[in-house]
Formats: sequence, C-alpha cells, structure tokens
Amino acid sequence: MSILTWTWILTGLSFALYIYIAYATRAKSTGDFYAAEQSVPPILNGMATGADWMSAASFISMAGLISFMGRDGSFYLMGWTGGYVLLAMLFGPYLRKYGKFTIPQFMGDRYYSNSIRVLSLLCAIFVSFTYVAGQMRGVGVVFSRFMGVSINMGVIIGMALVFFYATLGGMKGITYTQVAQYCVLIVAYLIPAIFISMQLTGNPIPQLGMGSTISAEGAARLGDATTQGKYLLDVLNGLQKDLGFAEYTSGIRPRIDVWFITMSLMIGTAGLPHILIRFFTVPKMRDARSSAGYALLFIALLYTTAPAIAVFARTNFVKSINNVEYAKAPSWFKNWEKTGLVKFVDKNGDGIMKIAKGKWDDPKSANEVKIDQDIMVLANPEIAKLPNWVVGLIGAGGLAAALSTAAGLLLVISAAISHDLMKGIVTPDMSEKAELLWARAAAGVAVCIAGLFGIYPPGFVAQVVAFAFGLAAASFFPCILMGIFNKKANKEGALAGMFIGIVFVAAYISYFKFVNPAFNNKDHWWFGISPEGIGTVGAALNFIVMYVVGKFTPEPPQEIQDLVGSLRYPGKLVVPPSAGH
Amino acid sequence: MSVHATKELQAYWKENLVIIMVHLAIWFFVSFFCGIMFVDQLDKFMIGGYPLGFWFANQGSIFVFVILITTYVYMMNNLDKKYDVHEG
Repeated sequence: MSILTWTWILTGLSFALYIYIAYATRAKSTGDFYAAEQSVPPILNGMATGADWMSAASFISMAGLISFMGRDGSFYLMGWTGGYVLLAMLFGPYLRKYGKFTIPQFMGDRYYSNSIRVLSLLCAIFVSFTYVAGQMRGVGVVFSRFMGVSINMGVIIGMALVFFYATLGGMKGITYTQVAQYCVLIVAYLIPAIFISMQLTGNPIPQLGMGSTISAEGAARLGDATTQGKYLLDVLNGLQKDLGFAEYTSGIRPRIDVWFITMSLMIGTAGLPHILIRFFTVPKMRDARSSAGYALLFIALLYTTAPAIAVFARTNFVKSINNVEYAKAPSWFKNWEKTGLVKFVDKNGDGIMKIAKGKWDDPKSANEVKIDQDIMVLANPEIAKLPNWVVGLIGAGGLAAALSTAAGLLLVISAAISHDLMKGIVTPDMSEKAELLWARAAAGVAVCIAGLFGIYPPGFVAQVVAFAFGLAAASFFPCILMGIFNKKANKEGALAGMFIGIVFVAAYISYFKFVNPAFNNKDHWWFGISPEGIGTVGAALNFIVMYVVGKFTPEPPQEIQDLVGSLRYPGKLVVPPSAGH
Repeated sequence: MSVHATKELQAYWKENLVIIMVHLAIWFFVSFFCGIMFVDQLDKFMIGGYPLGFWFANQGSIFVFVILITTYVYMMNNLDKKYDVHEG
C-alpha cells in the first residue's frame, strides 16, 4: 500500500478512537467539565499531561531545530523538561489540595482580590491563544503534507474534531482522548528512531545509539566505509567542520543567554495554566506528586529521543546530499522538494549539491540546499528507507500532538470565560446548568477563533511564542509560588509584582521583536539576554516587587493565612470556605 | 483555633522544605551547572561517544529530573505516613 493510503487508514483509525472516547466520557457536571471529577488515576494523568504538553512543535520541529543548533539546542531539552521538577515539588500537590477548578480562581482566592482574578484570566487567555494558534496551523500543515488536502481544509477537519470532543467532554473527555493521543504520538515518534538507530549503530535504543560507534551496516548506508567503528558524534563533528560549521557538540550561543532561556522555559512551563490545571484532576495530593513524575517520564521518552533523531538525521542528510549530483539525488529529496521543505538551487551550475554556511537564497553564500527544520522528523522514515506504514504513522502522530495540546489550551480559555468571568464575577448566582452551557459555548467560540488563526496565521505567531513562556514565567510562577510558600504574601504585593513583571517582559519582547527587530542581537540585548530568556528577569522583578510592596502593606487576613496553611498538608484538614467574595 | 498550627504539622512542613531544597539543589546542579556553566570543562571527559558536558545538556539532566521526582514522591509518601497525614 502507498504512503497516502497508510496515512489515511492510521489517521482515520485514530480519529475514530478519539471520537469514541469523547462520547463515552462526556461531561455531566461542571466538576466533570473543569476537573474530570478529580477521578483521573495518576498514571493516566501523566500520559494526558504528556500529550497536553508535547505540541506540534515538539513533535515536528524540535529535533530539526536541535540538529541545526547542536549543543545550543539543549535549552529546549532541559528547559521543557526541568519545569516538571518544579511542578512536582512546588505547585502540583498544593494546587490539588486547594481543589478548585482554575488558576485565575486560585489567584483570586489566595490574594482575596477580584482584580487579580481578572488580571490572571486575561493572562491565561492571552497565553493560551498565543499557543493554540500554532497548533491549529500544525494540524493543517500535517494534513496537507501527508494527505494531499489543502492546509485550510486540514484546519477545518481538525477544528471539527476538537469542537466535538472539547465541548462535549470538557476536561474528562479531553483527558481520556489525550491518553490515547499520547500513545499514538509516542509510538509514531519512537519507531522510526529505533529503526534508524539500529541501522546506523546496531543499538536499538536511540539514547544509547547516539553515543555509539557506527556499525558496518551504518557505514554502508552512509556510503562511507571509513566511518565504520568511529563514534557517530565524532563523525558528525568532522562533517560539520568540513562544511564550515561549528562542531556539533560545541555551542556558540553566549553562556549567559542559554542559562536565562533555560530558566525562563522551566519556570514558564511551571506557570502555564493548561499544565497546572491537570493537577486538579487527580484524586489525592500524593497523586498530584506522582502524576508529575509519570508526566515527566512520558515526556522524557520523547525529549531524550529527539536529540538522537537530530544527530542521526543530520548525519544521514549531509552524507546523502552534500557533494551528490542532483540528477542522482535520492527519491525522498525529490518527493519533499514538491512541498518546498527542501530545495536545490544550482548557484555555480555544476549540477552538484553543496551544503555550506549561510542561506540557500543568499547569492553570497556557497550553500545551495534549502533544509527546513521540519524535514528532519517528517522525512526521517523515508530517508532511512522504512516501510510505508511507518511513514503513515508520522502523520497520525503529528496530528495527535497538535490536537491534544490544542484541546488542553481551549479548555483553559473556556473555563476562564465561564467559571472566572461569568460565574465568578459577572453573575455569581448562575446555576450549574447555565455555567456548563457557558463553558461549552466558550469552548466552541474559542475553537473557531483558533481555527481562524490557523487559516489566516498572523505573521507574528513564531515571534510571540516567546511571549507565552515569558508571561507565564513573569506572572503566574512567582505569584503561585509565594502564594503557597509564604503566608504573608499579600494582595498589594502580588498585584504590583504581576503588573511590573508583565509590563517589563512585554516591553522587552515587543521592542526587539516588533519595534526594532534590527537590534535583536546579542550586541543590543541587556547583559546578552535574548527576548526568549527575559522571562527569568521578569520573574525575578515580580518576586522583588512582591516582597518589598508586601513589607509596607497590610498582612493578608487570618482566614487567608489559614487557607495557605491548610494547603500544605494532606489528610482530613478542610480548606476554609472560599474567601474574598 | 487554626488546625495546622500544631507542632507536629509544622515539623512535617519543615521536613518537606528540607527535602525540596535538597532536590532542587541537585536539579540546579545537573542542568545549570553541568549542562550550561561548566559544560566545556566537563566536555574534556568522555562517556562512550559522549563528551560529558554535552551528555548532561542533551540527555543526562533529563534522566536526573525523572529520578528526582521519583525519589521526592517516595520520600514524601513516607513522610505522610510518619506524621500520619497520608490520605487513605
């Protein structure tokens, strides 16, 4: 069977499964809709969190990005996993003990202030929309590349599916769908990696294969007998040097920038509402701790495989393209040329493909080959000459990654509108039935807006992802942390800290991304910290302002201090009734 | 009377804080120290085909993160039992 047929079959089967799960687990109450009745077993919550977390970008783009960055790419790897250590120890269990439904609600209760609740819900909506725009586009892109439908049609199919299970099932439906989506995406990601690791090094575990020597079969596949018995990373370093790049295992980014980006991604992860609310869905405090552990384990499976894929793909790619006659280019290269992800421009007219430093469309550079980062994952099975069903799996996996993340984000938006804005502030005496209706309607509207972002992608999407992490790091992280660990953290401090944090990060990123993009380089960044890493500074400012303002303003009321105290212990201690309303 | 003001529970919270500190110190050490600040120095050592610093930055720190959460979960479950606050 052809790749196209396999893709349709595997995607169709996975979609049927998602629809069945959504129907079987549809929500009946607001508790169901927002928090799956706090009945999700920790191991399943771990899988759901993994799918929630790993987006289209993690699945399709990350390995490719790393393959171009070498060691510098490690801030994605550490930054997007290290946050779970913080979640397990600093946030998850205590938020579970709090036991309500949304992050803005927690912020409003803890800081006894509706202003903070509104500010938080605006932040949550902004962060989630920024993030979801890329997901819907990702769905469209996967559909168009693997199934021959237009990007717009792909977005619409994805919208219809998410609309169905997010509005019907709420958190409960989303959770169990995400469990299935995790299984699909991890299988799709690991199978090609295992095959390729076997082929190149004879070791079936990619994490080990990456640090192994090249086998006889591997040398034959690379078409270079001299590489046999040499360490793969040494061979790749040699290739990089020959092409005029830095060694793969060395970094060129300033150390301080890597440090700040890693920290910003870690604390940003721990401050993202769609991840935080997953801890509301488990039965007990200790389940919140263990589900963070399961989540990281499941995420680590993909995140430790990605750098191996990056190394395999980069080596394979350079060896099979560089200095090869275009007429003799491998068939996958010609196939993917149609999509524009790879391209050959014969600058010197010799008919031979040359990879070098610089851009393919820059006449001054000797580089003649365009390589889009996504090709490293998407074309990987074809490069390794794997069977067609493996190639078909990649499509289903990419869709699972994009759809699961989109659904989690849409739920945050919907809960922010129905629970925090409508029920919490506008009409507090609303019935549960009416609230559920609002929640479903808000989810529906949010899906449509997200779909529009997918069909008409605002050019700035890639630019504003830094915003999502920077804002989460500078707004939610410090306030939730102090809210749990410092009984004396008060409303005035939190409001001032959040405000300063948000304004500072927004101003810094806007300046370099929109106002003066020509200055967006290390000579102009403050202390060499890029906009991607500025969330760390924003968070630090938030902490300082919160502390100083808190010193000069009244302590929180006793019942709030009691509430904070009760968050810290599991067991029978009851949370005092919600304060601040 | 606030229920959580008892000495027992304060001790539980203090022990929890110590456990968190130790775990976060290791978290910081493997990622920010081994994976970023001293990565070049560590790269002089090899494990298999991996320069050590590169390994920490690409793989090692993530493995350690997983282990850290596992030991935290284990220690906290024991602590819950010790202070008899574990949920049934």
